[in-house]
Amino acid sequence: MSTTFFLNGKSTELDADPNMPLLWAIREVAGLHGTKFGCGMAMCGACTVHLDGQPIRSCVMPLSSVAGRKITTIEGLQSKQAKAVQAAWIDLQVPQCGYCQSGQIMAATALLEKNSAPSDADIDGAMSGNICRCATYPRIRAAIHAAAQSAKA
Amino acid sequence: MSNDLASVRKIERRTFLKGAGAATVTALTIGFELGGSPRAQALAASAAPTSTPFAPNAFVRIGADNSITIIAKHIEMGQGSYTGLATILADELDADWAQVRVESAPADATRYANLVFGKIQGTGGSSSIANSWPQLRDAGAKARAMLLTAAANEWHVPVGELTVDKSVISHTASKRQASFGSLVKKAAALPVPETVQLKDPKDFKLIGGRPARVDVPAKCDGTAQFTIDVEMPGMLVALLKRSPLFGGKVKSFDGAAAMQVPGVVKVVQVPGGVAVVAKSFWAAKQGRDALKVDWDDSSAEKRGSAAMMEEYRRLADQPALPARKEGDAKKAIGAAARTISAGYEFPYLAHAPMEPLSAVVKLDAKTCEIWTGDQFQTIDQMNAAHAAGLDPGQVNIHTLYAGGSFGRRANTISDYVVEAVSIAKAYGADGTPIKLQWTREDDVRGGLYRPMYFHKLEAGLNAQNELIGWHHVIVGQSIMAGTIFAAGMKDGIDSTSVEGAANIAYAIPNIAVDLSTAKAGVPVLWWRVVGSSHTVFAVEAFIDEVAHAAGADPYTFRRKLLEHEPRMKAVLELAADKAGWTSAPLPKGRGRGIAVCEAFNSFVAQVAEVSVDDAGRIKVDRVVCAVDCGTAVNPDIIKAQMEGGIGFGLGAALYGAITLKDGRVEQSNFNDYRVLRMNEAPKVEVYIVPSTEKPTGVGEPGVAPVGPAVANAVFAATGKRVYVFPFVKSEIARS
Repeated sequence: MSTTFFLNGKSTELDADPNMPLLWAIREVAGLHGTKFGCGMAMCGACTVHLDGQPIRSCVMPLSSVAGRKITTIEGLQSKQAKAVQAAWIDLQVPQCGYCQSGQIMAATALLEKNSAPSDADIDGAMSGNICRCATYPRIRAAIHAAAQSAKA
Repeated sequence: MSNDLASVRKIERRTFLKGAGAATVTALTIGFELGGSPRAQALAASAAPTSTPFAPNAFVRIGADNSITIIAKHIEMGQGSYTGLATILADELDADWAQVRVESAPADATRYANLVFGKIQGTGGSSSIANSWPQLRDAGAKARAMLLTAAANEWHVPVGELTVDKSVISHTASKRQASFGSLVKKAAALPVPETVQLKDPKDFKLIGGRPARVDVPAKCDGTAQFTIDVEMPGMLVALLKRSPLFGGKVKSFDGAAAMQVPGVVKVVQVPGGVAVVAKSFWAAKQGRDALKVDWDDSSAEKRGSAAMMEEYRRLADQPALPARKEGDAKKAIGAAARTISAGYEFPYLAHAPMEPLSAVVKLDAKTCEIWTGDQFQTIDQMNAAHAAGLDPGQVNIHTLYAGGSFGRRANTISDYVVEAVSIAKAYGADGTPIKLQWTREDDVRGGLYRPMYFHKLEAGLNAQNELIGWHHVIVGQSIMAGTIFAAGMKDGIDSTSVEGAANIAYAIPNIAVDLSTAKAGVPVLWWRVVGSSHTVFAVEAFIDEVAHAAGADPYTFRRKLLEHEPRMKAVLELAADKAGWTSAPLPKGRGRGIAVCEAFNSFVAQVAEVSVDDAGRIKVDRVVCAVDCGTAVNPDIIKAQMEGGIGFGLGAALYGAITLKDGRVEQSNFNDYRVLRMNEAPKVEVYIVPSTEKPTGVGEPGVAPVGPAVANAVFAATGKRVYVFPFVKSEIARS
C-alpha cells in the first residue's frame, strides 16, 4: 500500500505499511537519514520534522496520517530562518556528538518562523521537548538568539 | 578474492558514504586495515589516486592536491577528539587548517594503541589528547621537516632559511614558494628523521586558538554519518529480545507469530537472546513484539535495588579493605572534640547516549567487517573474533561517529558488537550485512550501568575546629573485577571504586578510606567521570558539612586545607572569584555552593547558584566553572566539555536513577529515566587557567563537581542537606 505526500517540496509516493511511523518511512523507504531515531515515543525530539510548517515527532506519526500533506526534513530546509539557524549553529560550534542536532535545528527553525524574537521563556517552551545528552543547551539558546538577530537583518 | 573486495568497494562507493571524496576515503581506509597483504596491494592498486600521497607515519597523509588527512586513533563521540588531535599535528606541521580533514584509524593496536592503556586501541579516561600529545607533535614535526628538506634540496638553499605558514614553504631571499602538495613526491622519497625539534609553545598557531571543529558542518545539515545511517544493498535489520532479568537465559521460544509479520526474514537464537531479522526496522520491531520467549531465570538477579541498598548499608559497618591509610583515623575521630557523620546513596545510572546502540556486521567464512561507533577497537576485535570463530586479524572495524557514549561503548564484553556478530553468524555467515539496532527501551533496560553505591563518612574536629580525622567507607560493585582489567586491581581494590576519595587532596593528618566490594548480578560499567561521579559528591558534600560544623565558610575552609595543592587551590579561587563568592549573599530562597576535584589529572572547581521554591523544587540558575587542564589545545572545546559535563552531571544529580524491583528494571525510556532538558539547564560560565603543563583530560572532569556544588547551594538556601541521589527523591523536593 502506498502513501503520497510532499516530502521537501516534491510529491512523493512511498510504498510501505501505512502504520509505519513516518520516521522510518523517511529513513528507510525515502532514504533520507538526517532525521534520527532517539526514543520512539515522542520523548526526545531527535526525529523532529515539519508537518505543514509545524514541528512534529515523526517517530509516533503513522505514515498514512501525512497523506497529501507537506513534510520538511533537515535535508529540505530552505527558509531564511533555517539558514540563519544553521549558520549560527556553526558559528557558535553548537554540536558535540551531533546526533540530536537535526531535531534541535528543526525545532529552532519552526520557532523562528513564527516568532522572530523569542525570549528565553519562548525558547524553553519550544525546545524543552528536544533532549541533548551532551547538554549543548547553553549554546543552543545562544545560537537561537543569534539566528533571530541575523534573520532580521 | 579480489572480485570479492571489488564488490565490497563498489557497494561502499555507491551507498555507504555519499560523495566521491568520501568513497575514496573508504577505499583508502580499507587499504590501511589490510596493509601489507596481497589483498591490500591489489586494492591499493585499483584504488590508487593519480599520485601517491606523502604518508611519513601512521597519522598523516598529504596529497598532491594539498589535502591533509589526519588519521584519528580515537573515536569522535562528541568530545571533540577529531578536532583536538588534528590541531596538535597540524600545528607542528604548520598546516593550513582549511585543508585539514580527519578520518578514523582502522582497528590496529600496533599503530593506534592508546598509550595510556598500553597495547589496546581505545578511547576512555579522558586520555585522547593527553596520550596523543607527544605522539602527534612528533608526527607533525617530522612530516614538516621532510617537506622542508624536499624544498631545500630543490632550491639548493639551507633548510634554516625556509619558513612555513599555512601549508606553504617560502624562501624569502629568492622569493620562492612551494605548497606542501607540490613537494609530496620528493618528500616521500626522503628518510623519516630519527629525531626532530618541536615548536616552542610561544610559536603555536592553532593550539590555544579556535580552529573550527571538523565535524560540525555535517552535524548541522543532517549529513554526518552515524551507524544507524549505514545502508548497503541487501542489508537486513535485527532486533534482539533479551531476558527481562539480568542473567536470564532462553529456555524456549516460538517464532511463528514473528515470522507472520511481513518483512520478517528469520528468527534466530543467539547467546544473548532471540533475534528477529527483517527487511526493515519496523518489521523487525513488530516481529520482536510478536515473539514469544520463555526464560530460564534460575541464575538471574531477582533482588530489588532497595533491598540491595539496605545490604550496602549493613556492609558499611563491617570490616573493609583499606584503599588509603594515613595516621589513625578511628583513634583521631574517637578522641575528637566533635564528630560529624553522614551516609550517601547513589543509584544505578544508565548512560543513555542519544544514538541508541547499533552495529552493522558483514560476516562470511573468512572475514568479519564491522561498522559502528567503536570505542574499544582492540577489545571489540577480540570479542567479535571469538563470537565469529575467526582470528582477531580477520575482523575489520570501521569506526564511525558515535551519537554519544559517556562510557557505554567502552565495555569489556563488547555487548552490542558481539550480539551483532552472533546474529550474523546464526543467520548463516553468508556475507549478508545485518544491522543490529537497539531501541531506547533496550538501552535503558540493557544494564552496564554506573554501579549503585553507599558511602559512609565520619570526621573529627579538635577544639580549635581543625579537621583531624577522616574516615570514608565505600560500598558497591566493582567495575573491573571479572574483566580483562582485573589485572589492574591491587590488593583487592578496584581503583575505579575509590578514585576521587582515596586521593583527596585536603591536608588531614588521619585519613582512612575503605572499600567493601559488593556482589550483584547487575552488569556494571564506567559512566562519565567514573568513580568521581559518586566519590566527589560524598567528599565535597561532607567537607561542606564539616566546614559548617566548624563554623567556617565552606570556601575558606577548603582553601586552607589546600595550601599545599597549588593547582587545586587555584581553580577553587578562580571559581569563587568569578562567582562573586565573597560578595553580598543571595536573597532568601537562593543559595550558593562550591565544590572542587581532581579527575583525570585535571582540576575543576564549580560554584552553583540555586533557587528553591516553597514546594522544594530546585532550579539551578548559574554554574561558574574553573578548569586547569594543562595546555589548552582548543579552549572553545574545553568550554564545551565543561558546559556539557555540567549538564550531564546535573541531570543525573537531579533526576537520574535506574531502580530494580524483583530484578526487573523499573524505567524504560526518557519518560521515566529523566535527563536534563533545556528549561532546566543553567547558565554556565567557564574559565580556563592559563598553563604550559602538558594537556590533561576534559571530557569527564566537568561532570564531578556540579552535584555537590548544587547540594551545597541547596543547603545554603534551605538549611537542608541532600543525602540521596537523585535529589528529586530527597525531602527537599518533597517538602
